[in-house]
Amino acid sequence: MPDFGFSLSKSSSVSLDSLDLGLYGELERLEPGVKTCMACGSCSAACTASVWSGMSVRKLILNLQRGKDVEKMLGSCMLCGKCSMVCPRGINTRHLILSLCRIYKKQ
Amino acid sequence: MIYQGKQNIWSDYQKEIPHDHWFYVRSCIRQSFFPASEYFFVKIVRDLLGKDLYESKHHTTCGGIAYHCDTIPQETAMTIVARQFALMTEAGYKNLVASCITSFGNYTETLETWREFPELEARIRENLWKACRREFEKPEYVAHASDIVYMLRNEIAEKAKVRLIDKTTGEPLRIVEHIGCHYSKMFPHKGVGGAEYPCVLSGMVESWGGQVIDYPERRHCCGFGFRQYLVKANRGYSVSNTHKKFESMEPYHPDAIITNCPGCPYFLDRWQYVISEQTGKTYGRDGFGIPVFTYEELAGLVLGYDPWDLGLQVHQVAVEPFLDKLGVAYDPDAKYLGVNKEELLKPTLPTVLKCF
Ligand code: SF4
Ligand code: SF4
Repeated sequence: MPDFGFSLSKSSSVSLDSLDLGLYGELERLEPGVKTCMACGSCSAACTASVWSGMSVRKLILNLQRGKDVEKMLGSCMLCGKCSMVCPRGINTRHLILSLCRIYKKQ
Repeated sequence: MIYQGKQNIWSDYQKEIPHDHWFYVRSCIRQSFFPASEYFFVKIVRDLLGKDLYESKHHTTCGGIAYHCDTIPQETAMTIVARQFALMTEAGYKNLVASCITSFGNYTETLETWREFPELEARIRENLWKACRREFEKPEYVAHASDIVYMLRNEIAEKAKVRLIDKTTGEPLRIVEHIGCHYSKMFPHKGVGGAEYPCVLSGMVESWGGQVIDYPERRHCCGFGFRQYLVKANRGYSVSNTHKKFESMEPYHPDAIITNCPGCPYFLDRWQYVISEQTGKTYGRDGFGIPVFTYEELAGLVLGYDPWDLGLQVHQVAVEPFLDKLGVAYDPDAKYLGVNKEELLKPTLPTVLKCF
């Protein structure tokens, strides 16, 4: 193969038909407010931990909606609650993180 | 009352394209990527269908590529655009038609920005006067060349020598349309059909007898994205975009792709070679790729022009299987002869993608 100096990246497309949305479904049951998230990113902008750890509630919610595992990201949260103060949809994001920790613990 | 309301809503998606008297501005990159397309646009619109299409030898680049690559500021790009408007005014025309999608986006963006910020327009007028002592009237109408072919699609269909029908099966050929982002996504309401019903290319395909194929990533970018391609380190993004589109359209077995942008046919065509080398995969039948055409090339084929005069030999993906389905005669030995019938250099054939 000729060396092009660049290559294909893995596709990030997801198939909604074959996703396992069990984790997100469980979270939705405990925290129905998550359904109103509009992915505005205010939570991530307000998060002190985001700068050094990549913590982002917005990303967390999006990843769950795409059937991805987010356990590693949860460990970066300091539970300071700043994100809950700025969410324009009034989602209690701090509580949402705690609920998610509980779900993982049960597993 | 309700019917009128619906008509009003639908009229928002229509484009009242003036029928004649156009000032035509060519594209910088199309002339090297698909050298015969603009020639055939002029031949079809002016010579065959008798429309008034004027070109100025003083026309230059619109500055769009440099602007989108962040190498010149917007004011410079606008002053270049203002000079093209001055050429149009001096030639006595009011309707501008751009061959390039990026030029179309650039002209439209300039006019929309001036509408919002008239003080900027005044400054650009001053810049232009200082730079070259020129003045201009703003165009009454800015169209893309594919709008004109869309408007004339039925006239072209009346003069057609072949229709987009598979000669062997009698079924309509399955065509994927790909509309350039700078046509349909910057100012969607300036395109035929707006954002919801973009039909500039599908209208042509249907008029000429083909069948338009829908697929999940239909509106995804072709992958050009300017700096995605122009910076070598970013080219992986460009080819990955194209790969995503091909993976998505593959199950629908398209016979060809029609495009209206300079970048889209280039990247959809050339990246098929790169993807085949990197993954070993081809997307057409029997190891061939899916041929990608500009709308002028497809119009030219429908009107019976010689495929090699249309410049189809400069495509990466072999067009011969499509020509066979269409029932278009061609001379395989004349493929690499130039317009003056002199031998052109023959390209080295790829290892995976089947070509002639
Ligand atoms: S609670 Fe966690 S996610 Fe929210 S702002 Fe604090 S550290 Fe960031
Ligand atoms: S601030 Fe609220 S609405 Fe915005 S992304 Fe975060 S959780 Fe979602």
